[in-house]
Amino acid sequence: MKKGNPSFLNYFGYVIIVLNEMKNQKKKIDEFLISLKLGFFLAIRQIRRSNKATTALIIFVMTLTFLNLVVVRGVLVGLIEGVSRVYREVSTGEVFISNLPKKSYIENSPSVLAKVRSLPWVKSFTPRYLESGTIEADYKTKINLTDGSNSAGGVIAGIDPILENNTTGLSSKIVEGEYLTPEDTEYILIGSSLLKKYVPVDSASFSFLENVEPGTKVRITVGGNTKEFIVKGVIQSKADEVDFRAYILDTTLRNMIGRTDYNVDEIAIKLKEGASPVLVRDSLLKAGVGENARVQTADDAVPKFVTDIKNTFAILGNVVGSIGLVVASITIFIVIFVNALTRKKFIGILKGIGISSQAIEIAYVFQSLFYAILGIGIGLLILYGILVPFIASHPIKFPFSDGILVAEVGATFFRVFLLSLATLVAGYVPARIVVKKNTLDSILGR
Amino acid sequence: MSKIIEVKNLTKSFKTGEEELVVLNKMSFEVEEGSFFSITGRSGSGKSTLLYQLGLLDHPNSGDIIIDGMNITNLNHKDRTRFRLKELGYVFQDYALVPELSAIENTVIPLLMQGLDKKVAYQKAEDALKKIGMGERLTNLPNQLSGGEQQRVSIARAIAHEPKIIFADEPTANLDSETADTVMKTFLELNANGQTIIMVTHEPEYARLTKRIIKIDKGVILADGGPESAV
Repeated sequence: MKKGNPSFLNYFGYVIIVLNEMKNQKKKIDEFLISLKLGFFLAIRQIRRSNKATTALIIFVMTLTFLNLVVVRGVLVGLIEGVSRVYREVSTGEVFISNLPKKSYIENSPSVLAKVRSLPWVKSFTPRYLESGTIEADYKTKINLTDGSNSAGGVIAGIDPILENNTTGLSSKIVEGEYLTPEDTEYILIGSSLLKKYVPVDSASFSFLENVEPGTKVRITVGGNTKEFIVKGVIQSKADEVDFRAYILDTTLRNMIGRTDYNVDEIAIKLKEGASPVLVRDSLLKAGVGENARVQTADDAVPKFVTDIKNTFAILGNVVGSIGLVVASITIFIVIFVNALTRKKFIGILKGIGISSQAIEIAYVFQSLFYAILGIGIGLLILYGILVPFIASHPIKFPFSDGILVAEVGATFFRVFLLSLATLVAGYVPARIVVKKNTLDSILGR
Repeated sequence: MSKIIEVKNLTKSFKTGEEELVVLNKMSFEVEEGSFFSITGRSGSGKSTLLYQLGLLDHPNSGDIIIDGMNITNLNHKDRTRFRLKELGYVFQDYALVPELSAIENTVIPLLMQGLDKKVAYQKAEDALKKIGMGERLTNLPNQLSGGEQQRVSIARAIAHEPKIIFADEPTANLDSETADTVMKTFLELNANGQTIIMVTHEPEYARLTKRIIKIDKGVILADGGPESAV
């Protein structure tokens, strides 16, 4: 190419522009790195030599804010999670098989049970026979036919006590008396929600059994057949599905209702550790169980209102947490603003001697991040070191569930990120406001 | 000697309600390199305002300030900050040390801002402190130092990066006479080594120690000359 050629000059000029642009970018990056280092230098010294009590108080506030952000939601969600958990534990198991909507029981139950038994992930399962019925007490002391009866309507469940206990641990829910044995053909377990003393509600719509305890004789009427039983124990699990039932041996109930085909009404399946309920459900459906029964995981089987409440509580928890987040941001804003304002003169002097505004702002951002990181760190320790394990072993006793603290790691770290971000902004904005003030005015305290 | 500062028709005024108060009125003068230059005048005469314009801490309304051949009047905020960092040093009346930083840390921050390696910066800061007799108090915080010591740290901070000019705003005003003498002695030693110093003072005995004095009042120069003629 000839010297002086316009296209060569254009190209040369373009190269110069690009090189200059690159040089400017490098200069900016270098300046930013210097500001970052100096900001850190200043922040460290300000924190180290600031009032220890004030620093501790700010970190304490940050810890409380973080816990508020995570724990309030966690308890609200955990309260409903407790309901789901207790349903899974004592009623549905991890996978639940029930009758199809238009069928009164699971057809071909022996074949369904055989398929369940053949799955390698199944630890145990319990088939149940169910029938609506009436339980009556004090029938021997009733003088007139017109006298009101001491009775309650409920579901009578026929179970194999060993299979049931292996699957749901029902014996652990006995609050009075004892659990059934396979020989207890004359005995019955009564759910606490059928007993007046456990349901302190005086309602004309519902009737409850009174004066019933282990040893009391009760009369069961199902499908027109009546049989006398002795109460062996009372069950209380906080799962209505369980507490509104009375339990007798499956053989006894089968005889009473004349179910000679061995078709059951529901099957609760407990899986081996680590087995996927979805995988088991899908395997059962693939094996054709879906033609005779409805197959659900515990999560599928949770009543819709429980899922709705859970979602509502999660939103409520997020709202409360968001308010906490705003409060934390305002706290950090005020702390940094007051700090920066009282140090306005020194900020002015730093600017005066040539320290960049960026470095001074970074110093304040580092300070607020320090408070946030320490507060969050302590909060995480309290959360996962104390609160979660403690509440897991000592659930919060609510009337309808044993509440746990739900703090999923992913959700917690999202909140860590949110709080850090809010703190970063809350630290930067006041610093920027003060740093932007006229240098001379700051130096002279105007 | 070359001119390090040229001031041409410098005007600075402040608005007070409806009225405009002219503090510096078309002021012009030059400062030689290596000079020890003092600005004196009674309280409210505009001497500090003049120093702030020369030291790029404030913007004049009109006129030009040329430092070492560069017209700095219309530099943007970032360039002014950068210019102050590299070319100028400041000593304030109230020492203006950052309370959380030790003597050496106060001295080292402009050097770190210049991007100097930490080790080099600390060495330079230490050298500057030793130069003004503060070598034994490197790690002391400002509240552990006397007024005179704090002012000397402030001087060390101003000289550590070897600026072209040091601006000192009433550096002896808060000090007792003995300490003030020490500070002035430090300035004289620096000046003897070629450092240009511009100092505002209302104390004639200290102004007399400088090579050149301008006396200002109502925004104009009343006198300009050697110590004998101007005070």
